[in-house]
Amino acid sequence: MFHSTKSRAAWGAALAAVLLTAGCGGSDDASADAADYDPDAPVTLTVGTFGTMDLDNAGLYDEYMELHPNVTIKQNNVAQSAAYYKSLQTRLAANSGLDDVQALEIGFIADVVRNHADAFVDFAAEENADELEGNFYDWKWGQASTSDGETIALGTDIGPQAMCYRKDLFEQAGLPTDRAEVAELWPTWDAYIEVAEQYMASPTKPADSAFVDSPASIFSSSVYQGDLAYNDEEGNPIPAESDGVQQAWDYASQAADEGLTANLSQFGDEWNAAFSNGAFATIACPAWMLGYINSQMGETGAGLWDIAPLPGADESASNWGGSFLAVPEDGPNAEAAKDLVEWLTAPEQQVKMFTRAAHFPSSPQAAEDPEVVGATNEYFNNAPTGEIFGESAANIQRTPIGPYDTQIQEAFTTALTDIASGGADPDEGWDNALKAAQQATGG
Amino acid sequence: MTIASGTVREAAIAAPPPAPAATSPARPRKRRQLTRNRWGYAYVAPFFLVFAAFSLYPFMYTAWVSLHETSLSNINGGTWVGLENYRDLLQSEFFWNAARNTLTIGILATVPQLCMALGLAHLLNYKLRGRTFFRTVMLMPYATSIAAATLVFSQLFGRDYGLINTALEAVGLQAIDWEAGTVSSQVAIAVIVTWRWTGYNALIYLAAMQSIPGELYEAAEIDGASKWKQFLHVTIPSLRPTILFTIVVSTIGAVQLFGEPLLFAGNGTTSGGASGQYQTLGLLMYQQGWSNFHIGQAATTAWAMFMIILVIVGVNAVIGRLRNRADR
Repeated sequence: MFHSTKSRAAWGAALAAVLLTAGCGGSDDASADAADYDPDAPVTLTVGTFGTMDLDNAGLYDEYMELHPNVTIKQNNVAQSAAYYKSLQTRLAANSGLDDVQALEIGFIADVVRNHADAFVDFAAEENADELEGNFYDWKWGQASTSDGETIALGTDIGPQAMCYRKDLFEQAGLPTDRAEVAELWPTWDAYIEVAEQYMASPTKPADSAFVDSPASIFSSSVYQGDLAYNDEEGNPIPAESDGVQQAWDYASQAADEGLTANLSQFGDEWNAAFSNGAFATIACPAWMLGYINSQMGETGAGLWDIAPLPGADESASNWGGSFLAVPEDGPNAEAAKDLVEWLTAPEQQVKMFTRAAHFPSSPQAAEDPEVVGATNEYFNNAPTGEIFGESAANIQRTPIGPYDTQIQEAFTTALTDIASGGADPDEGWDNALKAAQQATGG
Repeated sequence: MTIASGTVREAAIAAPPPAPAATSPARPRKRRQLTRNRWGYAYVAPFFLVFAAFSLYPFMYTAWVSLHETSLSNINGGTWVGLENYRDLLQSEFFWNAARNTLTIGILATVPQLCMALGLAHLLNYKLRGRTFFRTVMLMPYATSIAAATLVFSQLFGRDYGLINTALEAVGLQAIDWEAGTVSSQVAIAVIVTWRWTGYNALIYLAAMQSIPGELYEAAEIDGASKWKQFLHVTIPSLRPTILFTIVVSTIGAVQLFGEPLLFAGNGTTSGGASGQYQTLGLLMYQQGWSNFHIGQAATTAWAMFMIILVIVGVNAVIGRLRNRADR
């Protein structure tokens, strides 16, 4: 008996020691030398992704492994991009635990470009850099590039925007339903607000439906139609002085103040439930929103929606979202990982990502591919999605992005919610938004 | 209420009111005891090792980080700013807003909760049919995870499709935008907290009530005291140490309130409502560190919360001691 307790105590001490040392164990610096790289050596590559990037669902990994039988690909997916980025940051701080390939969302790329460019492979220094650069919209390539011309990631998808609308609700409110006619309804945001007022005044529309889901829908899509959004040319936050923020705020706060929105907070429970309840007639639609609407409404929503261009699209298109793939430089399989990333983001694969999983390509070659241009979406009344989003993508201007775009955007959309629920008037809301943005950026 | 460990609570429940201090052993014996008890120390050592690694070290490290201006991805670097973070915090309206909300939600959640717990414990102390069943049911909310409870409650409190608003409208009342209002959102969060912790505190009171000698009640009854008078003049005074203990623990929990307001927002935002109307100190700390990535500021807020808790516990201890002295 005594013997067993004694040995148990010893085990306990040993276990504690192991725990302590394991906690302090560093990473080994076995970074592969480019010269030693053997493309045919067996290798297992890990790919860190978030949300629904669909690289696996579109079958791209399987295809790559078939082309390169020596490569095994393992994906580590984190459902929420915010959680993914938090763990990526702690891993960058510790320089350990990084995957061979790390996906980066547009909301985080500026921070990584600015503060962690050294940790990632520079694609602009590759031999085929010119060819790579030519594969992408120049603004997309630019978003992943530092001021001294390093490019730390290659683009996957983008979020060119359009406006989705409910045909059935438009019809009940006496508005036109044909997508060409709807496009003529709102050449500008002013016209869009006028249509919204008309819709809300209609006696025949369903009583508890609003014109647009949230003021955030207006704000987040029109903010990138200015010359500047949240930052100056150097990527420093200047929300108070930006033309994009100013005009987006004017439209969105007007809509919020006049009660033209359903005042839902995007991605919240009530917002999700509102899709099926017909609580709103329009919603700003980046390309990826189509999949979201489909998943929220299921079969019952088929044929109810259609797609028109975003207001003001003739002057400037707008991008919301999109992602990149980067390769940590110190990874033991960096060379093999580079090959994989170049293949995954090549135009041919981007075409497959669009036709198989509806992620819009960040490559003009892919966007102009007949398979993409000719694509229609059955769920959305056979809207020519390839054409609509392709036109939008071709008109996107390069708006400088910064490390705090996500937080600043949240500050503004939160203040808009406050206006819509009657907590503040537009002037107070503007002050509150700037204060919250200041809190987010001021370190 | 969220993080308090069960073992500490139980230990304190069992503890009788402070006993007169035992006469301390003579000095020379101490050394011998130390060697004689070496296995005892060996057995408790793992706890202290784990405590040092996972509590003490992070605790000191947080203090160190709070003196720097740094980000989550550069937690070991950053620039030394001394106490500047603390000065900024005290000048930040976001901090005072969060402190005010923490206080009001804390009062809304703690006071009714403890009163109800006391009443329930009193009822359960009677010889009821199915007493064990009721006692078990009381503990069910405590066994539910915060996330599950809050998700259910935030759907109940939903503006457009929530059950509570549907019920209000059914009886002809106006629906309430629970999440948007300051009072309404704080009440909703307090309801979640109360629902979760009332039964737990009731069981603590019940355990203490059962250790009150029956003779006291008999004597009171002979003196002609009604049940209510017995409750007021026998039960409550006997429970005083227990009540003080639950107040301290509930207050600490209230200062740390975090999961409920975070999940109540429903979309993962950390601003605690459109105008920060239910942002608590815990949520502010999370926003600073994990939404805005200013980990130095977050560490500062964490230490500020710790100081607040120390002050509260200190005040409680002083009050307790003064009362004891007054009784003697």
